Parts: sequence; structure tokens; C-alpha cells
Amino acid sequence: MPKIKPRVPLPKRPPEERIKDFNEVALGYDEKLAIEEASRCLQCPNKPCVKGCPVGVDIPRFIKLIRERRFEEAYKVIKDKCPIPAITGRVCPQERQCEKYCTLAKLGQPIAIGALERFVADWAREHGIAVEHAPKTSVGKKVAVVGSGPAGIVVAADLARLGYEVTMFEALHVPGGVLVYGIPEYRLPKKIVYDEINYLRELGVNIEIGVSVGRTITVYDLLDEYDAVFVGTGAGHPRFLNVPGENLNYIYTANEFLTRINLMRAYLFPEYDTPIHRGKRVAVIGGGNTAMDAARSALRLGAEEVHVLYRRTRAEMPARKEEIENAEEEGVKFVFLVQPKGFIGNDLGNVSEIMLKKMRLGEPDASGRPRPIPTGETITFQADMVINAIGFYPNPLIPQTTPEIKTDKKGRIIVDSEGRTSMPRVYAGGDIVIGEGTVIEAMGWGRKAALAIHKDLTINKKI
Amino acid sequence: MYEVLRKKILAPRIKEMDVYVPQIAKSAKPGQFVIVIPDEKGERTPLTLVDWNRDEGWVRLVFLEVGVSTMKLGMKEPGSTLYYVAGPLGNPTHVEKFGTVVVIGGGVAIAAAYPIARAFKEVSNHVISVIGARSANLLIYEELMRSVSDELHITTDDGSKGMKGFTSDALVALLNKGLKPNLVWMVGPAPMMKACSEVTKKYRIKAIASLNPIMVCGMGMCGACRVKVGGKIRFTCYEGPEFDANEVDWDELIFRLKMYQKEELEALKLFLSKYGLGGDTHA
Repeated sequence: MPKIKPRVPLPKRPPEERIKDFNEVALGYDEKLAIEEASRCLQCPNKPCVKGCPVGVDIPRFIKLIRERRFEEAYKVIKDKCPIPAITGRVCPQERQCEKYCTLAKLGQPIAIGALERFVADWAREHGIAVEHAPKTSVGKKVAVVGSGPAGIVVAADLARLGYEVTMFEALHVPGGVLVYGIPEYRLPKKIVYDEINYLRELGVNIEIGVSVGRTITVYDLLDEYDAVFVGTGAGHPRFLNVPGENLNYIYTANEFLTRINLMRAYLFPEYDTPIHRGKRVAVIGGGNTAMDAARSALRLGAEEVHVLYRRTRAEMPARKEEIENAEEEGVKFVFLVQPKGFIGNDLGNVSEIMLKKMRLGEPDASGRPRPIPTGETITFQADMVINAIGFYPNPLIPQTTPEIKTDKKGRIIVDSEGRTSMPRVYAGGDIVIGEGTVIEAMGWGRKAALAIHKDLTINKKI
Repeated sequence: MYEVLRKKILAPRIKEMDVYVPQIAKSAKPGQFVIVIPDEKGERTPLTLVDWNRDEGWVRLVFLEVGVSTMKLGMKEPGSTLYYVAGPLGNPTHVEKFGTVVVIGGGVAIAAAYPIARAFKEVSNHVISVIGARSANLLIYEELMRSVSDELHITTDDGSKGMKGFTSDALVALLNKGLKPNLVWMVGPAPMMKACSEVTKKYRIKAIASLNPIMVCGMGMCGACRVKVGGKIRFTCYEGPEFDANEVDWDELIFRLKMYQKEELEALKLFLSKYGLGGDTHA
């Protein structure tokens, strides 16, 4: 067996420097490092990595092109399947997707597919490479895409390339969904998101901003004007602990905290008008990626101490290992086996203390992870700011205003295996269908729905 | 898009603005609001829809210049554009024939009470309006409110017009005279609504309040606008803005409204040092 060379590490800014600002942490490969890493690829003929990619990027092919310094061609190969590679290369949990299936993963470290995808996309942007589009033949059909997050982006790009007239509706003031309001600047610079979304405009997608479907206009109105409607409104509705004191001042939901920072640039207040509280001792409740994003953002706002409070142990944390390590390197502290019982405030209505129930692990629950059980012991924890990152529900506005669209008891829109809802000509995908998934999973659902729309509208002419 | 068509100064620091947003004008209903961002660095500011014209495609907003966002908005002249206007947001007011309805509006929010009083009047309710301001020169929409009310009562804190006192005092006076309204609908500063709801609670009158918490997204994603109503967390932006006034945790709302007082003051000082005071404004 040949000796497997270790993976070329992705250069990162040192923790003591990076916690002082919101600039990107990972610096990315240069040409030399990218070629070196690409050279490790075994070019497996059966391409196991591709089956781990929900949008089916031809991974061995673009890696081979990198090795041959044919970066522009590599970019076109990726872009054929993934409309936003500079984003997915940065935020996909590759260890659970493409890299998990890499043959090298069994022998040592898998190829750094995400880092290579990111390199190619960044190289193309820096070199002003545009993907040429074959002159498109209009199929004479119109599709409305509701929501401009990862699922909607794929639907819009795929259908525009097939010759559909696509209009995308976004309620917030910039398109991108979680990519602009949720994922922090230090993991995903917003300028990159804006550049990637511009690709949709180049494809001829019309983006309507400030339109809240369900309020400004309904799904019924859209069906009068469009041949099909895709609903990709995500799972952005925060969950609460339902314990006393949850409305005290400076207890944020992670969505509010991150929206103020990422979308509204509150960390640049007062240059930007949106304020944010800068707590000294911050507690973040939860153990997922959102909790890591909130904790690391709070540090960057100047908190003296940031503690993540999680009801299970480190082994059960749903956050990516890399993000937990990044947070730890930056000084985030972890308190395991605790769950809030209530919050106590001072005479100004500001949070000052959290009552915590101590927990222990019991038998596995429905998620397969050990269930946390209260030990009966209670402790108090001082905090002048709390961020609740315990999760989200699907956005309720469209199901609420369109009763024909059936949902399950968790509020998720029910679809068939290809993305069709119970309402004719209405399709759905992404977090509104799966609950809280990843960017690339949402994109995979977008790809399926786009294909179903194309089949129903044009190939089989079912509608 | 989002062009300012007209601007009028109604009282010191209170401005009325018509903005061209046809898609909002088309679906606007009484009780709904919009989120406005004045410029690229601006914040998302909720403002109640005061009026609209579906044919001409405009919506009318009335605001009090209290901080950076409303001052930025107040500086916009006809012909200029706003960065973003989204809506209509929130649930429309539930309008039906209740019988006698008391509509209470306080301060700049009298303008927000106007479309509601008009809607109640249109379905043949007996509308008694109570409007209040700090003093006579700050009282707005008096004639408009009169035009959609069967009775109009005015209060001023300093007694410079109408009854001296608060809208809640006028409400008590009406109830003491034997008035038995089927509904009291209120909008205004939180302490005013708290005082009025203490009255309606005591007299066991059904009361609705249009709440005004801090908002960011305005569409149910963030929970900045959450309030406690009947012991439960509710989002004002998508479950409200109107709730049973007798069930609202007013003290909590009043605390939450003060959350960024320090930051707001800091930003305002900086803004005023840069732009000075407008002709009719005074800090």
C-alpha cells in the first residue's frame, strides 16, 4: 500500500488576532497549496465522493483540472452543478458529505474537497471569470421562487438555465436567507454572498426585495401569474425554553443576535444604526452550529467571558467538530449537563442570573442520543447577556395563509420524494420541508424540486 | 421605487409622508404596518400604515422624530427615495359591528388610530374617539378623527386644549357618566396604554391594544418584538400587533422598550453633531 500524504492544512489567522474583528478566519489555499492537495486525489473511477454531494458536483474531474493548473475549467465544472461554490466550499459540513465518502478517508485523511472548491471559486472571482451561458431558448413559462436562501438559489439557477422566466421573492432587504443573516462574516464574508447571488441576476433571474409572501402577496396571487411556485422559506422561527424570565432584557434569540450582527452590521454601531448589547459575561444556550456562531460573535463584540451551556456532553454536541475547536481556541468555555430552569433579572428588567438544572445522561431517545435527565440539583450562573440557540421551527407564514399546503405536526411542509406539495403547482424544499438542515441539503432539495417543475411543466406537460 | 411623494409637518417633530409602494398600497388593511430602512446604513424601523391609495400606489406614514432613524426619515424630501419599505406586515384589525367602540390614540399614534376609527365607523359602529397629547401644539389629526367619529374627546397633559389630564382620565370620565362600550381600542405610548388597560380591566370591558415593541425583522424570525400576553410569549410582528389589552404584561414591555436607551442617545448625539438640528426639530 502506498504511503498516504497528510492533508495540506488550510491556513488560518491566529486566535488572538482573529477575535478582535469579524474578518474571515480561514485564509484559503494559494495555487501552490491547492495543487499540492489536489495531487493527493486518487481519481477513483467510481467517484464515491460524488454520492456524498447533494447537488452532484463532479469532484474528481475538477480536482484533476486543478492539478493541471486548468483553474478556469475546474470552476466551470463545479459551477455546472453548484451555483454558489464560494459559499458551499466554506460552509458545507464536508466531513458528513463528500469527504466522508472519499476513499482516502479510510486510509488516512480525506481530500480537502471543500477547501479546493473554495480555492477554485475564489480564484475565478479574483480573475473575473464569468461562466458563459448558451443563448437560452425561452420555454415560455414563469416560475415564482419564494425565499432567496440556498434552496431557492438552486431552483432559480437551474430553471433560469433551462429557459424559464424566474422571479424570486425575498422579504428581507437583501437576498441570501441564512447566508446573509445567520452565518457570521468571519466564516462567510457577506461580499462573497452578494457576488455569488449576482450570478442569478446574470442568468436573468428577477429578484423582488421586500415582498413578504403571505402578506404583501399570497400564494394564490402568485398562482394566477406564474405556472409554478416554489416555497423555500426555511426554518427561521425561533424556539423558546418556556421558563420564567425569558423576556428579560438582553436575552436574545440566536436569530435576533445574529441578524443584528450579520445583516444589520450592529458590530459597526454607531456607523450603522442598529444597536446591540455588549455583554461582559455571556451565556449561550445550545450545542449546535448556531450556538458556536453566537458564542464566537459575542467574543468578537468584546465579551470578557463566553460560556456555552449545553444539556448533554461534548460527545453529543451537534455542532461541527471544526467549529467547536475554533470556538475553544478563541476562548469560549463549555459547561455541560445543565439546562435553564429560569432567568432572574435586576430592577431594570435586565438579566443577571440563570437558574440551571444539573443533568445526567440516560437511555437513548428518538434521536439516538442519550436523553438528558435532571439530577434534582440546581445551580445559579451569573450572566449579563444570554443567547438562546436551542433551535428553530419552520417559518409559519405561508402554511398559515395557504391551508391547502399540508404540513406535519412540526409545521414542516409535506412533499413527495420530488418536492411536490399537496397543492397543485406548488413545490417546496429546504428547511421548510426538512426542519433544520444544512446549506447543501437545502440546495439538494432545490435541485430535486427544479427537476420536478421542469418535468411537470415541460417534459410531461402535466400541468 | 420607495419614492417620497409628499411630506408635511403636522406639529413640531411630527411629520407625515406619502411613499410610492404600489404592492403595499394594494394589499394594506387597517392595523397593519411597514418596516422602513431610510438609507443603506439604516436600521429596520416599524411604522404603522396611516392611510393608502390603491389606484395611486402610495402609503401614508406619520412619525415623531425621536432618534437617528426617524430623523433620517424626516430629512428625506419629496423626489428622494427610501432604501427599503416592506409590508404590509402584521394582522389587520378585526373590524365588525360591535356597537359602541371607544378608539383611543395618544401622541403621534393618533394618526395610527385614524384608519381604525374610520374602519369601525364604516361598518356602522358608534365611534367615540379619545385623543390626547402633551399640549395643544402637539395634537395632530384632530379634524380627521372628528370626521370618522360620532364623538371626539381631547385631552392634553398641560390642559392647553380639551380636558387637562391623560386619555385614561377621559376614559374614566366617560365610564363614570354611564357609558358602556362594547370595545375599547387603543394605540399610543406603552405607559398610556397601560393606564387605559388598568381602567378597562377594572370595568371589565373588552379592550384591544396595538403594541409598539422594538422590532428587527418584522416577520417572525427574530423575536425582538416578543411580549407576554396571558402568560405566553407572543411575537407582536406576526401574531399581533394587536392583543387583548387586559392580558398584556405592560411592565415587561416598558422595560424592553428601554433596552437600547444608552445606545440610542449616543447615536443621536453623534448624528446631531454631524447634521445639526433641522428647522423644526429640537432635541
